[in-house]
Amino acid sequence: MLKITNLHSEIDDTPILNGINLTVNPGEVHAIMGPNGSGKSTLASIMAGREDYTITQGSIEFNGKDLLELAPEERAGEGLFLAFQYPVEIPGVSTANFLKTALNEIRKYRGQVTLDAMDFLSLMKEKAALVELDSTFLQRSLNEGFSGGEKKRNEIFQMAMLEPQLSILDETDSGLDIDALRIVANGVNALRTKDNATIVITHYQRLLDYIIPDFVHVLYKGIIVKTGGKELALELEAKGYDWIKETINA
Amino acid sequence: MKEQEIEQQDILDEIVSSEYKYGFVSDIDQEIAPKGLNEDSIRLISSKKNEPEWMLEWRLAAFEKWKTMKEPKWPNVAYPEIDFNDISYYAAPKKKVSPTSLDEVDPELLETFKKLGISLAEQERLTGIAVDAVLDSVSVATTFKDKLASLGIIFCSMSEAIQEYPDLVRSYLGTVVPPSDNFYSTLNSAVFTDGSFCFIPKGVRCPMELSTYFRINAKDTGQFERTLIVAEDHSYVSYLEGCTAPMRDENQLHAAVVEIVALEGAEVKYSTVQNWYPGDKDGKGGIYNFVTKRGICKGRNSKISWTQVETGSAITWKYPSVILMGENSIGEFYSVAVTNNHQQADTGTKMIHIGKNSKSRIVSKGISAGLSHNSYRGLVKVQKRAQGARNFSQCDSLLIGSTCGAHTFPYIEVSNNTATVEHEATTSKIGDDVLFYCNQRGISTEEAVALIVNGYCKEVMNQLPMEFAVEAQRLLAVSLEGSVG
Repeated sequence: MLKITNLHSEIDDTPILNGINLTVNPGEVHAIMGPNGSGKSTLASIMAGREDYTITQGSIEFNGKDLLELAPEERAGEGLFLAFQYPVEIPGVSTANFLKTALNEIRKYRGQVTLDAMDFLSLMKEKAALVELDSTFLQRSLNEGFSGGEKKRNEIFQMAMLEPQLSILDETDSGLDIDALRIVANGVNALRTKDNATIVITHYQRLLDYIIPDFVHVLYKGIIVKTGGKELALELEAKGYDWIKETINA
Repeated sequence: MKEQEIEQQDILDEIVSSEYKYGFVSDIDQEIAPKGLNEDSIRLISSKKNEPEWMLEWRLAAFEKWKTMKEPKWPNVAYPEIDFNDISYYAAPKKKVSPTSLDEVDPELLETFKKLGISLAEQERLTGIAVDAVLDSVSVATTFKDKLASLGIIFCSMSEAIQEYPDLVRSYLGTVVPPSDNFYSTLNSAVFTDGSFCFIPKGVRCPMELSTYFRINAKDTGQFERTLIVAEDHSYVSYLEGCTAPMRDENQLHAAVVEIVALEGAEVKYSTVQNWYPGDKDGKGGIYNFVTKRGICKGRNSKISWTQVETGSAITWKYPSVILMGENSIGEFYSVAVTNNHQQADTGTKMIHIGKNSKSRIVSKGISAGLSHNSYRGLVKVQKRAQGARNFSQCDSLLIGSTCGAHTFPYIEVSNNTATVEHEATTSKIGDDVLFYCNQRGISTEEAVALIVNGYCKEVMNQLPMEFAVEAQRLLAVSLEGSVG
C-alpha cells in the first residue's frame, strides 16, 4: 500500500529526514516512536502534502501512485488521512457542514455519487457513536471552543466518516486524559479492517496499550534506527530514548 | 518560495484577479448633459424632468449650501481629488414617451438586463418581484404597478412621484436626510436625477418584495439616485436594491441618498447587494460609492432593518443608519463587505437611540483580500431620554492573505445610565494552516475559502429574502472565486 524509499527532506536548508524507508501493507498498524525533534511529525506532514518541506531525495508510493506528485486534496481522495496534532478551528462552519463538503469532494474525486442530506445524516449518527461524540457537537463550529480531548475525538470521527485506506495519527494521544485516550483508541480499533492500515505516531508507549501495533519503528535524527514488534515499545518505555541514542552512537 | 507554495500563490492570484464578470457597455441612445456643475445644469435637470417650481427651488437651495461645504476627509480611504465640474449630471436614454409595458422598452435595454440575469419579462412572469429598473438616471420600466396599486401601494420612479404625488413627496423628502446633511447628500439633493419612491399605506402588508436594479451606464456620468420609502402605521415592506455596473477606465462617482420613514408599528426591511465595478486588479477605474442611507423609526414599535452585501466599488463610503425615535422601536444593521485588490471600504452604521426601550442590533462582517482595506465605522448613540435602550454590536473581520487590512472604529456615546450597550469584535485570518487542514480533508483551496467565507457570513446572508440570498451567494462566490487568497 505505502512504500517510502530513501526519503530525504529539509526545511530552510536544515536536513530533517535522512533516508526513511518504510513499507506498510493493508491490515497493518505501524507505530513510529522517537524523541522530540526526531522527524516524526515532519514525516506525517510530508505524507499529507504540507508545503513547508523540500524533498531532496527519495520517493513515496501509495497504491502504485507517486504520492509526492499529488496535491494534498488528491492524496485525501486517494484515501490518505492525517489526524492532526493541532486541529484547526473554523468559526461559522459546523463540523457537519465541513464533513459533508469533505466527504462529497472525496466521493467526487473517486467518481462516486455524492450523498444527500438524509444519507449523510444517518452516516454521521452512526459514526459519531463510535467516538461517543454528542450530536450537538456536530452542529457547532468546527473545533471552536472544543477541549483538547474533543478536538482529538473529532479527528477520529472525521476519520470514521471519510473511511481512509491509510490513516496517520500524529501524536493523537498528546493532551488526552486516560478516558479520552480510551475512547479515541476504541474508535481507531473499531475502524480497523484487513484492507486499511494505520500509522500511529507517538512519543509515549501509553497509547500502544490500547492500539496494538504490528510494528514499532524508532525514529532518531531523521532515520529509522530500529524496527521491532510491540515489545520494542515496552523496551523503549523501560530504558528510555537514551538507550537508543547510546546504541546508535556506540 | 517552495514550488507548491508558488503554485498555491498562483491559484490565489488567479482567483483574486479573475475578471469582473458584469463589465460590458450597452449601446443605447443616450442624451447627456454637458459637463459641469452650476445653477444652469441644475435648471436643466429640473426642466428636463418637467419638475414643479418647489422642486427646483429645493435643488437650488441645496446647491447654495453645497458650495459652502467641504468634502469630508475623515473616512479611512484615499482617492484623487474629484473635479465636480468634469462630470455630466444628466444622462437619459432617449425615448419619446414613457413605456407603459415591457413591449415598449428598447430591446437593447432588455438585452442588457438579460445579460445581468434580470430579464424584466422573466422577473414579471416567474418571480413575482416588481422591478423598477433604473438604467443610469431614468427609470425605464416599472412592473407590477397595477397589482400594487390595488392595495394602495405606490412604487414608482422618483420623477414620476414628483409629478403624480407631489404632496406626499414634498412632505417626506429630506425629512430623514436633510438637504444640508453632508457634502455628498447635499450634492445629491441638488442634482439627483431619479430613483425610487415607495409608499405603503396604513395597515397594508406589501405582498411581494419590491426590487430596484441600479446600473451605471453612460461614460463619466455621476449617478445621483434618490430613494424615499414611507411606511404608514402598521404596514410592512421588504425592499431590495441590487447593482452591477459596466467596466470603466475612469472613476465614476455615485452619491445616492436613501430615506426611510417608518410610522407606528411599521416595518421596513431594506436589502442591498452592491456590485459596482471595483476597478481592475491594479486599482484602475472603479466606482466611488459615497452613499447616505438613513431611516427613521418615527412611531412606537416600528422597525427598520438594513441588510447589505457589498462586494463592489473602488471605494465604498456608506453608513446605513437608523434614528430610533419611537418607543420600543428597533433598528438593525447586517452587513457583509468584501474588498479585494485595491478596493477600499469604510462602512458601518449609526444607531441613534431617542425613544424609550429602543433596541438596535449590529452585525458587521468584513472580508479583506489582496491589497484592500476594509474599515468598520459605527456609532451607537443613546440620548438622555432613551430609558432602557439596548444595543448589541458584533464586528468581525476576516483577512485573506497578509497584504490587506481590516480596521474597526466603533464609537459609543451613552447619555442614559439605564442603557445597555454591548460590543464584540473579532479578527481572524484564513491562514495556511486552515487551508492545509481543509486540503487534507479533500477540499480544494478555492472550495475551502468559499466554505469558510459562507460560514462566516451566514448570519447576515440569513437576513436576505430567499430570492436575493441566492443571488448574493452567487455574487459572493464570484467575488471570492475572485477574492480568496
